[in-house]
Amino acid sequence: MKEAAPLAVQMRGIHKRFGAVKANVDVSLSVRAGTVHGLVGENGAGKSTLMSVLYGFYQADSGAIAVNGQEVDIRNADDAIALGIGMVHQHFMLVETLSALENVMLGAEPHWLLRRATAQLRGKLEALMQSTGLQVQLDALVADLAVGDRQRLEILKALYRGARVLILDEPTAVLTPQETLQLFEVLKGLRQQGTTIILITHKLKEVMALCDFVTVMRAGQVVQELPIAAATMESLAEAMVGRKVQMGRLDGDVHQAGEVLLSAQELELRDALQVLRLSNVSLELRAGEIVGIAGVSGNGQSELLDVLSGLLAPSKGELTICGQVFTPAHWLDPQTARKLGLAHVPEDRHARALVMDFCAWESAVLGYESLPSFSRGPWMRIDAMHQATVDMMERFDVRPRDTALLSSKFSGGNQQKLVLARELGQTPKVLLVGQPTRGVDIGAIEFIYSQLRAMRDAGCAVLLVSSELDEILALSDRVIVMNQGRIAGELDIADCTEAGLGLLMTGASQ
Amino acid sequence: MSVPLALPRWADLVLLPAVCLAVALAVAAGVVALVGQSPPEVMVALVHGAFGTLRGLSYTLYYATTFIFTGLAVAVAFHGGLFNIGGEGQAVMGGLGTGLAALYLSASLPAWAMLPIMLIAGMLFGMLWASVPAYLQAYRGSHVVITTIMFNFIASSILVYLLVNHLRPKGNMALESALFAPSAKLPGMQQALAWLGVEWPASPLNLSLVLALMACVAVYLFLWRSRAGYRLRAVGSSASAAQYAGINAKHQTLIAMAVSGALAGMVGMNEIAGVSGKLILEFVGGAGFTGIAVALMGRNHPVGILFASLLFGALFQGGAEVAFDVPGFSRDMVVMLQGLIVLFSGAMTYVIAPLVAGGLRLLPGVSGARRG
Repeated sequence: MKEAAPLAVQMRGIHKRFGAVKANVDVSLSVRAGTVHGLVGENGAGKSTLMSVLYGFYQADSGAIAVNGQEVDIRNADDAIALGIGMVHQHFMLVETLSALENVMLGAEPHWLLRRATAQLRGKLEALMQSTGLQVQLDALVADLAVGDRQRLEILKALYRGARVLILDEPTAVLTPQETLQLFEVLKGLRQQGTTIILITHKLKEVMALCDFVTVMRAGQVVQELPIAAATMESLAEAMVGRKVQMGRLDGDVHQAGEVLLSAQELELRDALQVLRLSNVSLELRAGEIVGIAGVSGNGQSELLDVLSGLLAPSKGELTICGQVFTPAHWLDPQTARKLGLAHVPEDRHARALVMDFCAWESAVLGYESLPSFSRGPWMRIDAMHQATVDMMERFDVRPRDTALLSSKFSGGNQQKLVLARELGQTPKVLLVGQPTRGVDIGAIEFIYSQLRAMRDAGCAVLLVSSELDEILALSDRVIVMNQGRIAGELDIADCTEAGLGLLMTGASQ
Repeated sequence: MSVPLALPRWADLVLLPAVCLAVALAVAAGVVALVGQSPPEVMVALVHGAFGTLRGLSYTLYYATTFIFTGLAVAVAFHGGLFNIGGEGQAVMGGLGTGLAALYLSASLPAWAMLPIMLIAGMLFGMLWASVPAYLQAYRGSHVVITTIMFNFIASSILVYLLVNHLRPKGNMALESALFAPSAKLPGMQQALAWLGVEWPASPLNLSLVLALMACVAVYLFLWRSRAGYRLRAVGSSASAAQYAGINAKHQTLIAMAVSGALAGMVGMNEIAGVSGKLILEFVGGAGFTGIAVALMGRNHPVGILFASLLFGALFQGGAEVAFDVPGFSRDMVVMLQGLIVLFSGAMTYVIAPLVAGGLRLLPGVSGARRG
């Protein structure tokens, strides 16, 4: 640990308010040069605001910033870049129709003649790629690059512009586990070369694996700043949430499964280009069990959810739900599925589960608007819908309790709680859940887990699709691993190890 | 990167349009001054022409009636996620339907049967005319903006063809049909109010205004109180979420365009049944396009559309008066003023909104922004 290293960034007494909301209250942050500094906290804790102040997006209401010991005034992103601060946003700032090289050059062309500029840049970038290990195909269009490549390109762009302090905002949110590991190797290399890295995240495992120091924020304030050696996952989680949280598997959590409620036989799905998305997928869901579908994202889990919920018809196979049989020619549709007692919490909250422009109460009845209790002839019973939403918000602690607020104005965790409240509210027999805690705060995750367990205990058959292995291990009674659209293996939870599942996920054991 | 923009509801619905209007008027005043006229004089003449006399007010309301129909038509399609540029053509076809019903039936049917038939025929024609682009959009993927524009041309050509070759009485040089029988005449406001014992000047204003107000209420109830409207808005806001909810987006596209076309088709009741009493050529006169501006300015809400229609009606009527009263002030200046209002209240709203939000934040006691 480089205790004596000078401070690369020092922020003191930062205050920032938006209207009545105090986003940052007397926040101080000291980042030592050549370290990886984790900045953790729940959504809305003020991490992003603080980094936006450092990067010049926002002006602090009061407070001081020093970079490399010099008091500075950062009024915009250009100032920040000139001071050697670079930022990689969660949503990449790349032009998809330009090549990787052109993206790096954009706004920082070394010569007014394009040909000279690209030649100069290519030389510099190749040297940079060599020294950092950030390999990107420079002539490929960004549109053709994988997510991991795009992220490397963003980092490369920041470094090319002379970043000595690199801010990464939730860099692993979009990466597969393998890409995450690669990224961490690169970041470790950069640290070795003296680059300072500020890592904004809420994944504590990553903090423990990579960071030298960690700052925990809660409700706009810093609650802890300590070297990683002094931190544990549990203590960090507690500091973030403000109370003890139970994230792992409950002891003695073994369940006896009942009758088969959903059975899929030899599902096969081809997409519009005739590419095989699902192949020979057969599975059974029994009452009172949680079956986890593990796998690296993009190996058919999303398609499986869509097929089982009636959003997509497969090209082959058969599905039986509560005794009713469906074949590809007469496949299940979402309305029939709901009538049969099948509820679906989709993976994509924004595109599927909620209509973002709808008020909370309108989103809270989506898919259930024809229920007798919600309708009178062709009219909606708006009072009943409001009342149902109030009840949902009460039961699932959705904040703020404002039924007229637009769905898009709720935080990710509260949106997800609203969706769960809606889907669990009709006491389904079969529950399909995709990525239930993606982008959700730790406090809410704990609550969501307890709700899913409660459904299982009440005799519901739950299918859980998650790309978080920890989540699968914490909740499932049985785990199915998917790889390239096939079932790579099925294990009882007692036989699951992280290493074993990892091997199945990568298809290594085939 | 800008601070997330959020205005309180009242500011969004009332203050912002008012500011936009004020900016448009200010710019227009500048132009008026540039051509050597006195802005206050023109303004007074305009307001007086539109609202100063009962007769002027009647004309204003008469123009507004047509804009309400076309504005509502655009709004309903918009809530279904469709940009219906074809209000003009749907209004033309609707008027044709109204006119044909009157031509063939008015001699034999009394008014109480004739007028509803004309209304329904107009709505049906507009609806059918809008259904073709809707079908092409839903099942063949042809973009509704393109097809509805094309359908405007086809509609006006059909009307010309029918008037020239079939509907024009023999020996008549003017491009118009024969006069309808009196039973096909929607009572004018003067006549209707006279029944109630109220004296009202003669004007083209007729009972279509009541029809337009009822349409406003009906559209509100449909969109925000009925399950069908809920589904339509769900598809319009998020097709993927609607699919998840089990709503068939293709059906909703058909419904949205059919309702939209029916509303546009009601224009004929005002212009054909209420005023001309015969089928004529230019009875829509661009109102289908003005409807886009009206819907834009009225935030696609019936109440907003009501006010926006009133504003555009006033501009039409007041503008005509100004062109008449103020020497050297041509009708083109009025068109410019309309253009400025469309520009500032439609296209430039999001330029002005941050300024309004900034202004509000300076006021004490108003929390202008909610962090998203």
